[in-house]
Amino acid sequence: MIPSQEQEKWMYKHMLISRFFEEAIEKIYMEGKSPAFNMANGPIPGEMHLSNGQEPCAVGVCAHLNAEDVVTSTHRPHHVAIAKGVDLKGMAAEIFGKTTGLSGGRGGHMHIFDPAVNFSCSGIIGQSVGPAVGAALSRVMQQKSGIAVAYLGEGAANQGAFHEALNMAGVWKLPVIFIIEDNSWGISVSKRASTAIERNSDRASSYGMPGEFIPGNDPIAIFKTVGLAVDRARSGLGPTLIEIETSRLAGHFMGDGEAYRPAGEKEALMKVDPIPVMKERLAEVYSWTDEDDAQLVADAHGVVDEAIKFARDSEYPAPEEAMEKVFV
Amino acid sequence: MTQVKEKERKLTIARAMAEAIAQEMRTDEKVFVMGEDIGELGGVFGNTRGLYKEFGPVRVRDTPISETAFIGAAVGAASDGMKPVVELMFVDFFGVCFDAIYNMMAKNTYFSGGNVTVPMVLMTSTGGGYSDAGQHSQCVHATFAHLPGMKVVAPSNAYDAKGMMIAAIRDPNPVVFMFHKALQGMGWLGTEKDAIVHVPEADYEVPLGKAVVTRPGTDVTIVGITSGVHYGLKAARILEEQGVSAEVLDLRSLVPLDREAVIESVTKTGRLIVVDEDYHSYGMTGEIIATVVEAGVPLKAPPQRVAYPDIPIPFTPPMEQWALPSPEKIIAAFNKMKEV
Repeated sequence: MIPSQEQEKWMYKHMLISRFFEEAIEKIYMEGKSPAFNMANGPIPGEMHLSNGQEPCAVGVCAHLNAEDVVTSTHRPHHVAIAKGVDLKGMAAEIFGKTTGLSGGRGGHMHIFDPAVNFSCSGIIGQSVGPAVGAALSRVMQQKSGIAVAYLGEGAANQGAFHEALNMAGVWKLPVIFIIEDNSWGISVSKRASTAIERNSDRASSYGMPGEFIPGNDPIAIFKTVGLAVDRARSGLGPTLIEIETSRLAGHFMGDGEAYRPAGEKEALMKVDPIPVMKERLAEVYSWTDEDDAQLVADAHGVVDEAIKFARDSEYPAPEEAMEKVFV
Repeated sequence: MTQVKEKERKLTIARAMAEAIAQEMRTDEKVFVMGEDIGELGGVFGNTRGLYKEFGPVRVRDTPISETAFIGAAVGAASDGMKPVVELMFVDFFGVCFDAIYNMMAKNTYFSGGNVTVPMVLMTSTGGGYSDAGQHSQCVHATFAHLPGMKVVAPSNAYDAKGMMIAAIRDPNPVVFMFHKALQGMGWLGTEKDAIVHVPEADYEVPLGKAVVTRPGTDVTIVGITSGVHYGLKAARILEEQGVSAEVLDLRSLVPLDREAVIESVTKTGRLIVVDEDYHSYGMTGEIIATVVEAGVPLKAPPQRVAYPDIPIPFTPPMEQWALPSPEKIIAAFNKMKEV
C-alpha cells in the first residue's frame, strides 16, 4: 500500500503542524519559569511531554483513519491528536487551562478528549489499550463501521494492562490496532534495561495476532504497514500489533536534564530528524520546490499561531466551576 | 372498585438483579454484560442467571481473568455508546484493576468537561461471615465512596436490588453496584431471610441517592447499609422488647449520600448508631457521624459506631464471627449512650 502524493503532502503538513505546535508550547511553557524553574508557574503549568521526533507515528497511522475511528493515546498525545483531527484551538486552550478548552480546563495536556473525532488519552502508562479494545468491541456489537487504534510507548508494553488487553482482543478478534511508539526511553530507563526481548512486536505471537516492526521512523514505511493492518481490522480479520522505531528529540518532560542519554545520541537523532528527511523525500520523488515547501510551512505556522492566539486570548474558567461535570 | 392485589413473588437479590438486567437488555440493545463466569454459569453469585440462554454469548460475554482489560474495555465501550454491565467477582479484586476504575471510569466524564459519558455499571460482591478470609470478604465501601466520579450503591433487599439495578443501568454515570454475599440468596451460602422480599414483575426504578426508613422509631437512629441494615433491624426488635423504639435507616447509596435523611431522623431521635461491615477507621461510619455533627443536630448522647475492627479479616470462625458487627454490639452501643 503506497501513499499518494496528496497523502504524502497531508502527512508532511501534519508533521509540520505538530512540530510547530510543540515548538510554540515549548517556548510559552518557559514563560514565568525563570530564573527559578517551577512547574506550577507560567501560562502553561504542570508537566509537559513534547512529541518532537515522533510525528511519523502519528501521520503514518492517522492517514488511514476517519473521524469515526477511535484513537486512544498516551501522556504524550499532541502529535497524534493533531493527526487525528482534534480541534487544535480547543486543545491549545485546554493546555492553557482556559474555559474554551476541550474540557473547560479540567483535563489539561494529558487528558485530551475530543468526541467529535473520537480521540482520547490517558496519563497512565498502558491504560490506552483497554478502552480501545472496548471501543472496538462496541463497533462490532453495534455493527457500526470504524476501528480502534491504541497508542502506547515501548515502556507500556511491560505493563499488565497491555498483556491483558492484547489477549482479550486476540480472543475476540476485534478490529483494533496497537501502535507502540518505541522511542527507546521510559523516562530515564532505556528499553534495553527494562525489556526482556528486543522487539515488542514479537509479543504479538502470544496473543494470536500478527506483529510488525517498522524501523527508521519513516512515515512512508509506517503508512504501508499500518495500511495493511487497517485493512485487516476493517475486514474483520482481527487485531495487529505494530512497533514503530521512533525518536524522542526532547526530554521525557520539559525540565528533564537528560543526563542519562549517552553522549552523542541526541546529536545523532537530530541528524535524522524526520521532518527534514520527509522534506528531502518530497523534493526527490515529487520535485517539490522550495516555494512549495515555504507555502506549506507558512500554512502550518498559520494554523498553529491561530490556535495559540485563541488559547492566549481566552478567559480562565470561574474557579467554582470546578464543582461541575463530576456527574452528568 | 376492587383492587387486584399483585400476587406475592418473593425473590432473592440474585434473582432480582438478573431480572433487572434481563428487562433492560430486552428494551435496550446497548446493554450487555461482561465478566468472569457470568455466561453459561450465570455468575458465581447468581446475578446473571438465565441471561446467557436468553441473549447469547455476544451480549453476555465471559471474559478472560483480566479485570484491567475488561473494565478498561467497558470504559471504552461505554464512551462509544454502549451500556456495559460488568462484574468484578469479589470487590477484594479491585487491587488488580483499580486504575481502570478510579482513574478512567470515574474521571473521564470530568476530564472531558462532561463531553464524554461513561454509562456503565460495575457490579461486585462484598462481605464475609463465611470464613473466606481477608482477600474474599471485605466490603471496602468507603474506599470506593471516597473517590469522586462514581456513584456507589448497595441494596439490602431484593426489591431495592431490582429497582436500583434498573436505575443504575439507565444512569448516564458510572455506578458501582455492591451486593453483599450473605444477602444474595445463594444455595451454597447462608442467606439473610429478610433480604428475600416481594419483587414486582414489572420494571421500576428505585432512585439512587435516596435512603429509606426501613423501620420507624423515636428513641435512637440506627444507620446502616447492606448487612448493617439487617443487624440494625435485629437489634431494633430486641430493643423494642426493652421498651426502646429504634429507627432503622437504610442508606442504600453511599454516593450520592442522602445526608438529609440522616439529619432528619437523628433530629427526631437525638441518638445515632452507625453500623458498617467495612473497616472502622476513615470509613462510612465516621462520615455519617460527621454529617450529623456538622449540621448541628442536637444530640442526647455522643454517637456510636459499630464497624469492622481495623484488621485484615481473619479466617477462623471464632475470630471472624467475633470481629463482625452484630445486634449485640449495637445494643451495647445503645446502652453506652444511656450511661451518658
